[in-house]
Amino acid sequence: MTPSFQEIVLRLKKYWSDRGCIIQEPFDIEVGAGTMCPETFLRVLGPKPYRTAYVQPSRRPADGRYGDNPNRLYKHMQLQVILKPTPADVIEQYMGSLEAIGIDLRKHDIKLEEDNWESPTLGAWGVGWQVMLDGLEITQFTYFQQCGGIDLELVPAEITYGLERLTAFLQGVDSVYDITWTEGVKYRDVRYTDELQYSVYNFEVANVPVLWKLFDIHESEARRMIDLYPQSTEKARFPLLAAYDHVLKCSNLFNTLDARGAISVTERVGVIGRVRKLAVGVAEAWLDQSNITGTQGGAGGSACLISEEPAQ
Amino acid sequence: MNLLLEIGAEEIPDWMLAGALEYLGNATRDLLKQHQLGQSSIQTDATARRLVVRAEGILARQQDSEERVWGPAKSAPPAAVVGFAKKQGVEADQLEVLSDGKAEKYSYLRKVPGRDSSAILAEALPQLILKTPFPKTMYWTGKGGIRFIRPIRWIVALLDDEVIPFEIAGVASGNESSGHRKLGKARFPVTYENFADKLRDNYVLLSATERRKRIRAVSTKYRCDNSLLDTLVNLTEWPTPITGSFDPEYLTLPKEVLITVMRVHQKYFSVDGPDGNLAPTFVAVTNTDGDPDGLIRHGNERVLRARFNDARFFWDADQKKKLSERVKDLANVTFQAKLGTYLQKTERMEELVLTLLEHLAHPGQPITEKELNAAKGRYAFGPDDPAFYAIRAARLSKADLTTELVKEFTELQGVVGGLYARAQGEPEEVAAAIYDHYKPVSMEDSIPGTQSGSLVSLADKLDTLRGCFKVGLIPTGSKDPFALRRSAQGIVKILVEGKLRLPIQSLLLGDSQLEEFVADRVRYYFREVRGFAYDEVNAVIASGWDDLVSVNERLEAVRDVRPSADFEPLAASFKRIGNILKQAQFEGLADALKPELLEAGPEAELYREFERVRGELAALDYPGALTAIASLRPKVDLFFDKVLVNAPDPAVRRNRLTLLHRMLAEFSTIADFSEIVVGSGTQPSAPGTTN
Repeated sequence: MTPSFQEIVLRLKKYWSDRGCIIQEPFDIEVGAGTMCPETFLRVLGPKPYRTAYVQPSRRPADGRYGDNPNRLYKHMQLQVILKPTPADVIEQYMGSLEAIGIDLRKHDIKLEEDNWESPTLGAWGVGWQVMLDGLEITQFTYFQQCGGIDLELVPAEITYGLERLTAFLQGVDSVYDITWTEGVKYRDVRYTDELQYSVYNFEVANVPVLWKLFDIHESEARRMIDLYPQSTEKARFPLLAAYDHVLKCSNLFNTLDARGAISVTERVGVIGRVRKLAVGVAEAWLDQSNITGTQGGAGGSACLISEEPAQ
Repeated sequence: MNLLLEIGAEEIPDWMLAGALEYLGNATRDLLKQHQLGQSSIQTDATARRLVVRAEGILARQQDSEERVWGPAKSAPPAAVVGFAKKQGVEADQLEVLSDGKAEKYSYLRKVPGRDSSAILAEALPQLILKTPFPKTMYWTGKGGIRFIRPIRWIVALLDDEVIPFEIAGVASGNESSGHRKLGKARFPVTYENFADKLRDNYVLLSATERRKRIRAVSTKYRCDNSLLDTLVNLTEWPTPITGSFDPEYLTLPKEVLITVMRVHQKYFSVDGPDGNLAPTFVAVTNTDGDPDGLIRHGNERVLRARFNDARFFWDADQKKKLSERVKDLANVTFQAKLGTYLQKTERMEELVLTLLEHLAHPGQPITEKELNAAKGRYAFGPDDPAFYAIRAARLSKADLTTELVKEFTELQGVVGGLYARAQGEPEEVAAAIYDHYKPVSMEDSIPGTQSGSLVSLADKLDTLRGCFKVGLIPTGSKDPFALRRSAQGIVKILVEGKLRLPIQSLLLGDSQLEEFVADRVRYYFREVRGFAYDEVNAVIASGWDDLVSVNERLEAVRDVRPSADFEPLAASFKRIGNILKQAQFEGLADALKPELLEAGPEAELYREFERVRGELAALDYPGALTAIASLRPKVDLFFDKVLVNAPDPAVRRNRLTLLHRMLAEFSTIADFSEIVVGSGTQPSAPGTTN
């Protein structure tokens, strides 16, 4: 039987859990992509190995279509996998995950086509591919090279599955809204209202001056903390994670303002630069802090370590 | 002996394979030559996952050789001589005393034993591999680690049956290759002889030619597209084409959109029906051995349907706002940070189109701001004025940048604008001009189909060039992020092939760097694209290139008249005249020619002939004029033969220089003959002949 949406998520989590990944829950602040979560953005920094997998609902205000477009969503679900450092058989492992959700790759056409990734707001870039399955892009595969403007010590592989696309493919439906979420429940039943209401908000209702005010508030709070860090006498317990929350708030507010058509050309580059500055500031402080604490962010400890040969 | 080198990597971008193979072939050849490992025939092959070099006829080891080492002078103290001998590992009496050409010295003929090829290759191959030039490399073993295009996962390095031992990024060379990701074995041993066959057994066709053949074997007649074919050849190890179809109702979407979705986004070949129109069919190339259950076809059809639905959704959504209403939204689209928005660019383009129209209406005259303003008033107007179309098209040309369809399919900018203009009831000439205004996108591409299209295209490109040069965004070397070379090349092509007599130099606003940049493109176009000899191009351009239509006509005339017997000798005489004037530092501008000072005979005859030809020129076309000028040759020859320019009487001398100067000035308006390389001929010389 074709697996449901939630069955696919469960199987992928199980698959990566079996390969030494910490299964995280979605990050609880709005982000445009799983990459922006601290679990990726901050954990890829520094010399410590780390493996994690999590579903991240990703919000892109400009992509909202009031629930009308069968393939485009304001908020879609990514399954984000980080393998740091990258194992030599990473692609075989990835392909194994597709088999695990019921795709017999001997009967399908899979191609890795060049697609490099870059995020100016995060000062991050990497090289990699889009994975094409029978002509459908189902995954973005990236070898990170830089994050927060910092060359990475260990090169992680980031595997980002587009869960709606993948499920629509497996279930053979033409519209994401026709995806079976679980027996008797369609994607439409779960998500249509969000799509409609957030599209209305982002394109029509959002109060531009208020969003700008919020942007300024979050920016100044992030800035304040980034500036405080170097002088801090207790660096090991300095709340950089909280500072990063405010950076993410800025990023989402920027995207909403952009969708609302409220960012003029002249402002645009400048605002991206402001967010980038904050992201880079947190990344640098984070790296410094993890050198002091010896564990990333103080917490995590041995749970972050992975064995050389993960259980298969 | 035979060398087999296979670098096994994760999927290498398809467009980088050719460059990597070219390097690897050359580098291997150089390596073998440098170490004197014999003359070898080298073959290179690649798929997305492997770069392969095979070389035959390699020596097992280098030849032994001898090397003469020079020591101290013959007069040196014995201790120095003993020291030198010791360093060479011999006794002093084994040294010879020889002259090195300057002095007598102790020397030793050292035997250098040849090394094994395997050892040399083991030492040299890692560097050779890692030096492969790729446009964008990555590291994967950790910060500061080695860089390559993608991680290297296996290496086969064999000299006959022996492994050449080395290691790159923790991967040791060996004799095991890897097959197709899903159809072949992950690891299997190979030899030089069975390499390609073993790969074939594991669903990898090493030869690009064979992969191409497999793709072309499909019975569906698809639209030939070599660049897409190359891409697919390089993306697959075991290509199998499949044919799919889509609902004919999508054919109501413009074919440009359908073809772009298929070709660019899905890498499918589109198919023409028997009537020559687009058929609801496509050919996809899979990296499989077939699709017996139709699963792959079904999947691809589904993706294409979704893409077409997107396109239709965008098309419908875009119609809610006309292009004319979108122009003001261009204030939110950056053209370039320092050059403002696309709205500003649009306004500059409108003014430029107006300027171009004025130039066409009043050829050869400068245009003042006052006249331009008057023209603006005149064209505030209606569709009954033909100039209306070009200006209207310029106004609307960039509006499609705000549409969903162009945001999704950026390569269709311009085309979408044209299609929308037509759908929204703009005059056909306006729609066509918008549609074409990015043309020509390459030297092979045609220029816009209408004059209005050409004018909008010129205005667009001129504005980009002027702006970028003004703010210092000038291409250097291979860096040309704004494709300014292509813009300048497009301008040249449109002016010449569209026969538009527009003053290109004055349109460059006196920016000397920009003028030189465009002049380069002019020379390139006439030499490389049109095939004129370089000296003819130099000669004609030296006489002015403000009007490129005239440059073209003059070049054709020079080429046609050049083979005539009188032409090249006359060109030589003109060069001589130029030199004489230069040596005499003769300006002569203010001097009037005094016929009474002319000496009877050759000088007076030359003057008469000159006056005769000069009188005829006005009525002649370029070839006629050149023939007439060439007919002066006997008189010129006679003049130089019999008359001394440097006459003792200063007044006579000055008069002679004036005569020469006037001739040169009068006859250099078509071409500067001193640039003609005499004896080089216009025809390419036959192989083996020398001039």
